[in-house]
Amino acid sequence: MSELRRVLLAEDNAKDVELTLAALEEHHLANDVVVVRDGAEAWEYLAREGRYAQRPPGSPAVVLLDLKMPKVDGLEVLRRLRATESLKTIPVVMLTSSREEKDLIESYRLGVNAYVVKPVAFDAFMHSVKSLGLFWAVLNEPPPGTIRRVA
Amino acid sequence: MKAPHTSIGQKLVTAMMLTSTTVLVLSGAALVFYDFVSFRQSLAQGLGTRAEIVAANSTAALAFDNRDDATQVLAALKSDPSTVMAVLYDQEGRSFATYPSATPPAAPTAPNRRGTWFERSFIVVHRPVLEDGRALGTLYLKSDLRALAGRQRVFTLVVMLAVLGSIGVAFAMSSWLQRGIAGPVRTLADAARLVSESKDFAVRASVVSDDELGLLARSFNEMLSEIQLRDAALRASEARLRQLNGDLERRVHARTAELETSNRELEAFSYSVSHDLRAPLRHIDGFADLLRRHTLSGVDDKARRYIETISEAAKTMGMLIDDLLSFSRMSRSEMQQRSVNVNELVAEVRAALGAETADREIVWDTPPLPAVFGDPAMLRIVLMNLLSNAVKYTRGRAPARITIGANDEEHETVLFVRDNGAGFDMAYRHKLFGVFQRLHSAEEFEGTGIGLANVNRIIQRHRGRVWAEADIGHGATFFIALPKEGAAQQPYREAA
Repeated sequence: MSELRRVLLAEDNAKDVELTLAALEEHHLANDVVVVRDGAEAWEYLAREGRYAQRPPGSPAVVLLDLKMPKVDGLEVLRRLRATESLKTIPVVMLTSSREEKDLIESYRLGVNAYVVKPVAFDAFMHSVKSLGLFWAVLNEPPPGTIRRVA
Repeated sequence: MKAPHTSIGQKLVTAMMLTSTTVLVLSGAALVFYDFVSFRQSLAQGLGTRAEIVAANSTAALAFDNRDDATQVLAALKSDPSTVMAVLYDQEGRSFATYPSATPPAAPTAPNRRGTWFERSFIVVHRPVLEDGRALGTLYLKSDLRALAGRQRVFTLVVMLAVLGSIGVAFAMSSWLQRGIAGPVRTLADAARLVSESKDFAVRASVVSDDELGLLARSFNEMLSEIQLRDAALRASEARLRQLNGDLERRVHARTAELETSNRELEAFSYSVSHDLRAPLRHIDGFADLLRRHTLSGVDDKARRYIETISEAAKTMGMLIDDLLSFSRMSRSEMQQRSVNVNELVAEVRAALGAETADREIVWDTPPLPAVFGDPAMLRIVLMNLLSNAVKYTRGRAPARITIGANDEEHETVLFVRDNGAGFDMAYRHKLFGVFQRLHSAEEFEGTGIGLANVNRIIQRHRGRVWAEADIGHGATFFIALPKEGAAQQPYREAA
């Protein structure tokens, strides 16, 4: 619970979590992932509140946010992050099934760093998730204060 | 309504005054003339009588040749001041005696004329003096007409006064009498003016008389009653119409609100479709794939085929969902119509179809096409569907022939795409443009059955028409008719 991981995956659907982790595993990134199951938990983790009040400081290199989640949805988490001085620089990627234009527009308006639609075809899905993990957790240079990858 | 320059009362008085004045003046003149003539007559008669008396009194003097007596007889004429001269002549016509006695010596000789006559302003009598039928001489009497003139003056004055008085009375009476006619007419006119100015049809003309004016007033009042009734009916139906309009508007508002609600629900629905239906599909495909990897070597061909079928079915359903969503979006998105160069669109679409047509032998026949009025992005989708269909259904034809043409008509432009492909049975043409309707099996020609539904929806939104003709095995022609800019728009209706 208090481990430092580089990727925060906020996803309410257990099957999606499993598939996402399966994809990340191909790049041996699965162990770098913290999974939270709704927006409220994601917020608690990021803000070190509630259940995560005791976790060591440091932000993930990327937050993979599902749009539709129970309690607090992805857009709300994004809005809170961008409104909080200490958290506003964390890279956020929307990973969602929605192709709706209004979601896309609203996400970018709130300052999302990327917006990825989960493909239905699994090979395409695998490819997307692997690319995401590789880019954000490995290639991208995160803002200062981010947990460093243990080589 | 403007008040007339001359009122009917004035006209009536004028007419009556002209008539009565003329009658009075003419009657007065006739009276004066008659009096003149009759008085002259009586003067002549009186002089004749006097002459007879004088003549009778003069017989003795003439018979005895006594001039003094004769002069005395004549002097008796002094009692009548109008007698200016009298002369008694003897048998030979010589002057025997004269009056007045101091008559100048130039006493006239006896005139030859006998009887009574008028000489300028005198009456003259010259008659014989007879005794027992024997003429002793003649008597000449001359009297002036001063009595006549005096009488004439007085009489004329009296008649004039009477005429003037009568005119005055006539004026007074006509002024009073005209009120009986002009009064009702004025009342009627005032009522008419009031009605026309105030539009108050409750006004009534209060004319009480049993003549034509009364009839006119009653007709006028009846007409007003009729108008009042109709006006009331008109107002009532106007009010009803307004109320109906209001009801209709409220119902339109309510219906619009309902439609907006159902539109929001539809959007929520398609959002769920896009988000929630995809997830299980991804899971089916994902876990089928994981299963395949996991059991890579341990399963037989049959099991592997089952797993692949599961994956394919999930992918197909994903495609259907995507197509359905694009169709739904197409129906809702805003249209931006302008003049569209169809030739450019066709070139773009053909370029986009390059991959599918690369290894095919296709003869394209694309004469220059007229510009049409529409939304270019939507028309691009229409052409993409029609051309890719033409390419798809001519598979196996060598060469495939695809013609894109146009008929320029008065109110619309008809574009068509003709191919020599598989065609279809015209008996099923009504199903052609329905959502998920297919006339070929997926094994024969792949597809989700959404393309032509999209074409139909887009052309409908352009207020145009879509139809097709075909012959099984010999090809099909798809027509789209787009109204020209400013052309009378046809009612929007769903295709069967």
